[in-house]
Amino acid sequence: MVDKVIIADKLTKRFGDFTAVDGISFDVSQGEIFGFLGANGAGKTTAMRMLSGLSMPTSGKAMVAGYDVYKENEKIKRNIGYMSQKFSLYEDLTVRENIRFYAGIYGKSNAFIKEKTELVLKQLHLTSEADKLVKSLPLGWKQKLAFSVAIFHEPKLVFLDEPTGGVDPVTRREFWNLIYEAAAEGITVFVTTHYMDEAEYCNRVSIMVDGRIDALDTPAQLKKTFAAQSMDEVFLKLARKAVRGE
Amino acid sequence: MRVLRFLLQKEFRQIFRDPSILRLIFIMPVIQLVFLPFAADYEVRNIKLALLDRDHSAYSRALVNKITASGYFMLTANCVSFQEARAAIETDKADIILDIPPAFEKEIVKETEATLSMSVNAINGVKAGLGSAYLQRIIMDFNQDIRTEWIQFPRFDQDTRIAVTFSNWFNTSMNYKVFMVPGILVLLLTMIGANLTAINIVREKEIGTIEQINVTPVQKSHFILGKLIPFWILGLLVFTLGLGIARLFYGIIPAGSLVTLYAFAAVYLLAVLGLGLLISTYAENQQQAMLISFFLMMIFILMGGLYTSIDSMPDWAKAITKANPVSYFIDVIRMLVLKGSGFGDIGYQLGIITGFALVLNGWAVLNYHKRS
Amino acid sequence: MKQFISFVKKEFHHIFRDKRTMIILLAMPVVQIIIFGFALTNEVKNSKIAVWDQSKDEASASLLSQLDASRYFEIVKPVFSTAEMEAEFKKGKIRMAVVIPPKFQEELVHFNKAQVQFIADASDPNVANTLTTYASSVVQDYQSRITGEKKMPYAISTRVRMLYNPELKGAYNFVPGVMAMVLLLVCTMMTAITVVRERETGTMEIMLVSPAKPFRIVIAKAVPYFLLSAVNIASILLLSVYVLDVPVNGSLALLVGESLLFTLVSLALGLFISTKVATQQTALFISLVGLLLPTVMLSGFMFPIENMPPPLQAVSHAVPARWFYNIVRSVMIKGTGLEVVWKDTLILVGMFLFFGGLAIKNFKIRLS
Repeated sequence: MVDKVIIADKLTKRFGDFTAVDGISFDVSQGEIFGFLGANGAGKTTAMRMLSGLSMPTSGKAMVAGYDVYKENEKIKRNIGYMSQKFSLYEDLTVRENIRFYAGIYGKSNAFIKEKTELVLKQLHLTSEADKLVKSLPLGWKQKLAFSVAIFHEPKLVFLDEPTGGVDPVTRREFWNLIYEAAAEGITVFVTTHYMDEAEYCNRVSIMVDGRIDALDTPAQLKKTFAAQSMDEVFLKLARKAVRGE
Repeated sequence: MRVLRFLLQKEFRQIFRDPSILRLIFIMPVIQLVFLPFAADYEVRNIKLALLDRDHSAYSRALVNKITASGYFMLTANCVSFQEARAAIETDKADIILDIPPAFEKEIVKETEATLSMSVNAINGVKAGLGSAYLQRIIMDFNQDIRTEWIQFPRFDQDTRIAVTFSNWFNTSMNYKVFMVPGILVLLLTMIGANLTAINIVREKEIGTIEQINVTPVQKSHFILGKLIPFWILGLLVFTLGLGIARLFYGIIPAGSLVTLYAFAAVYLLAVLGLGLLISTYAENQQQAMLISFFLMMIFILMGGLYTSIDSMPDWAKAITKANPVSYFIDVIRMLVLKGSGFGDIGYQLGIITGFALVLNGWAVLNYHKRS
Repeated sequence: MKQFISFVKKEFHHIFRDKRTMIILLAMPVVQIIIFGFALTNEVKNSKIAVWDQSKDEASASLLSQLDASRYFEIVKPVFSTAEMEAEFKKGKIRMAVVIPPKFQEELVHFNKAQVQFIADASDPNVANTLTTYASSVVQDYQSRITGEKKMPYAISTRVRMLYNPELKGAYNFVPGVMAMVLLLVCTMMTAITVVRERETGTMEIMLVSPAKPFRIVIAKAVPYFLLSAVNIASILLLSVYVLDVPVNGSLALLVGESLLFTLVSLALGLFISTKVATQQTALFISLVGLLLPTVMLSGFMFPIENMPPPLQAVSHAVPARWFYNIVRSVMIKGTGLEVVWKDTLILVGMFLFFGGLAIKNFKIRLS
């Protein structure tokens, strides 16, 4: 059980009468790429915000990186990376300044920051853009940079909330290569997405409908269970039952 | 501490990267401090007088000469009917109508009693009160002149006279700018300080970067200090610039200790920045932050005791001014710049402002949730 | 036109969805007009004074009680030396001190002459000046009471009539002033910031690629604020009349019309600012920090414009609130009509065209 990075047990979040996340239970193992699927409004982002310590659960239990989400959320934060739907690097800082800032507030040493910055810049082919303001970069590059910043401090686990929204297919491909590399280094990846082809890249996939997890398995197994040709079909079969709109 | 250093580095970088806002922070106070104090002359001079002289006698002319020679009044309309005089008031060509009745001279001489009437535009009550008081004083002097003319050899002065002498302390030349310049500086400092922090943090909320910070292990207090310190330094720079202008343009040199002045300004800025922080924790977007801040600034500024006297307010309004940090700084700046009061004299105000700083910042920290 | 209406509708949705902003926007003028209407007066009342009575006789006591009884003064403290007096001033506890020399009554009775000295804290010269004037008129009253029934020959008496505001209420002056401030700043800030916000978030571009005429889009942003201001004008006027007892002596239609015109000027100014700045933060600093104090100080409701040095008087011509304040005072309180305020009205129309025109021009430049 040591290698379980996330354990969620009947985790629930209510906003007044509205139950955004309705008693979800699952676990994620070390090094896994875990796809978190669902239609808009299914509760994906809320669930992710609870696990990353941004939102207080209403009930249920959850352990992330070995810590309790209720009491030890600040300890959790030391061990996770997070990339939100909204692009959230500072547009008026340069690439290098953003990296340095985020690494700094995670308490990384100067030597570590210096060395790894060069490595990351090289990996992203951004060496020549390092001193340009982030706002001048194209969206795809920004997203890749945001991902690299999110895992710069070498967390156990990274949460990605629709990281490839609005990005062209080539860049998406490149983005997934980055994800694989991170996973290869032992970082667990927890990713939400709209794109069903991306779901195929995941080790395991869960599909949320109306705040509940309706299916959880490997993509291959899911296709089998639902007698579907593709993940797309699986998703449509499940999502059709949804009552919540956008 | 290391984390704080990174936060500060980032804030300063962002501040200097947007020169448009930086320029505004420094240029706006300069322009306003150079121009606005000249506007604050409240001495009631240049009162516009409409004259309705129905007597046309030597006395009526003498009275009018005496009035215009006083320097307080300008004769702007010479009317032949009350309607005409009234129209002069309606069109703001006159503030006061002096109505000299027919046979004014005759009544004084024959019946030893005459009555003048004046009608005053009283929309601005003070101007009306002072203007009519001046005019009455001149008329009384005129009356005295006539008496001495007619009672050639008074047995002995029957008229009781209490001689009133005035001294104006702390500002003998009655230079209103000495008071206004530092006062306006306080107002500008308040607006700039509160809005800088409020807008800055709400902006991070809107862009979403604050969420990225919230998911890091950064402590709330570090994050808030990272915001306070840069703006605190900027605020003190603006304050220094303002004092420089006061000295260069107006020759105002604080009579009290500069160290005390800075000590108070430093604490005051913390309070004001804390207010900005607090606004930012409640506002969801910049528009809301701006409205809340506008609402508070109007009240702080109009009820700060710079423009109107707090003593004259009803009790409930005085209670409001007790919760107005501006009123304390206006008090203190008046004491330190003009009266040369010492550190001991401002102890009370300093205590209160320290309280404001602690409460506002504490409240802001409590109300800033890394987790919703 | 249909397009335009749908844009306006969209703006309304934005505004109504943000309940908090709506509440602040509508409640703010109400709260402010009440607070300022009751609290602000440029009269100087209840000023705390110290007394150094070196005579301690009947006459001095009677003069002092007359001072204390007047609404302008409140005797808080006896003092016994100059040093003590100075200390009180330095602590800011008193605004004025009265010094009555020894043998006050004796001199008054035997020589018909006596002396009183007033020492004012001139660190605020305006207050000092007002206080000494009031104080000397109290002394004058006292004097004429002693003179009593002894009828003086060759007397001139004066009858004073206070026009428009016989009770000298502060609200008569401050209601028009606050009305000008609230309307101007709210409209200018809100339009400036919403337009800049759309540009910052990039949604402006989305609208600009639609077939709608670009300027219509921007006008559509101003329409809801125009209507909200109309509500604010109504609430300010109702409160003035029914709560503050400030009458509307002139034509209500004219007053409302002028207020709407002033709102248009403010909206145009806001749009103009929005074409000049890049971020909401700058828009805010210009429209709040840049406009608030000049509006308070140069519109004439706080300080008389005719006292200002000529260059500053010239500057005050550019302050829209100056003209509006004049109009409200004339129409609302003096009860005059367009024949008196036509000039001010034309100037406001001119300002509207000027800022509006510049805004359109700048907007087109920004697009191309």
